[in-house]
Amino acid sequence: MPGIALLVFREVLEAALIITIVCAATRGVPRRGWFVGGGLILGVLGALLVALSAGALANAFSGVGQEVFNAGVLLAAVLMIGWHVLWMSRHGQAIAAEMKALGGAVQSGSSSLTMLLLVVALAVLREGSEVVLFLYGMVAGGAAGVVGGLALGVMAGSAVGFALYYGLLRIPLRHFFSATNTMLMLLAAGLASSAARYLVQANLLPTLTGPLWDSSRWLSNGSLPGQTLHVLVGYDARPTGIMLLFYTVTLLILLGGMRWVARTAAPRAGRAGAAIAAQPRC
Amino acid sequence: MREFFMAASLLLAGASVHAGELPQYRLVISDHRFQPVELKVPAGIKFKLVVENRDATPEEFESTEFNREKIVMPNSAAQVYVGPLAAGHYRFFGDFHQDTAQGALVVE
Repeated sequence: MPGIALLVFREVLEAALIITIVCAATRGVPRRGWFVGGGLILGVLGALLVALSAGALANAFSGVGQEVFNAGVLLAAVLMIGWHVLWMSRHGQAIAAEMKALGGAVQSGSSSLTMLLLVVALAVLREGSEVVLFLYGMVAGGAAGVVGGLALGVMAGSAVGFALYYGLLRIPLRHFFSATNTMLMLLAAGLASSAARYLVQANLLPTLTGPLWDSSRWLSNGSLPGQTLHVLVGYDARPTGIMLLFYTVTLLILLGGMRWVARTAAPRAGRAGAAIAAQPRC
Repeated sequence: MREFFMAASLLLAGASVHAGELPQYRLVISDHRFQPVELKVPAGIKFKLVVENRDATPEEFESTEFNREKIVMPNSAAQVYVGPLAAGHYRFFGDFHQDTAQGALVVE
């Protein structure tokens, strides 16, 4: 059972960290609990579906279907997070101002919430499908303590997510959304570099360089802090050039996009904020 | 200077995505163990690693040291492209059966 719990914990942790950042980024948005819950359910159903079709997936694209699928899921998540980051750079200040005025609730944000629902779903789907295949193997192999291990792993992984969430809530409100936006940008950049790694593994992209550095003696990819940082900021102990390229380009596009949005939105920001604040509360 | 040439050759090797047939190496998983436990591969080139799972349950072939992970379904084989790697000892494992499924690439 400890082995089962540990593997489940590691997979759940990855999804939980992503969900935590999404939850923090949607702080104060009404009905976001429904969106996150919906994303979770969709993700679990998706995980079962992916696990069921794992055989077909493995044979697709002349044997690299799994890599293409994973890279696709990761890049889709990058797009959706990017959308939200740009959306927030237009509306974030208005939302923070309104949260202060109305004591924590805002009326806006549902268009971007759909994107984040999908981000949650994709995170759960990716990690969940591995858990399903693992547990299937354990049950088929007659291992003991599968249910207990699953429960323990899910609880421990979620607990880390909750701890991070309540830690993030301590950030003062006026810095809060710029902090969550930065976290989302780093998350997106890390996911993009993971997508590049899958495409290299499938021989669809060149590595460009050998490992640019090797920090595995201090912080290995396999260690828990290494894995946590891998999810949060895209840390890798031995990244290749293509991974760094994907990482940097994603960050630059998001930073450039934010500037562009802020510049074009500047004259209208006042009106948008006023319009949001003027809506009646339900 | 030697480092420079090594880096340059790694760069060139890494840049060629479909440069003809890549050398191929094979690992077999049976009873949740790898055969061979240590696989010798050449340094500085990209190669194709075929992992065959002869067990009745899925396995995830994974290495945090050369950064690969791939599910290998029961009674089937999966391919993973690896390298170019510098000479050294790189561990890999079966994520779903870590007690027994341990092995390493010996890159020379």
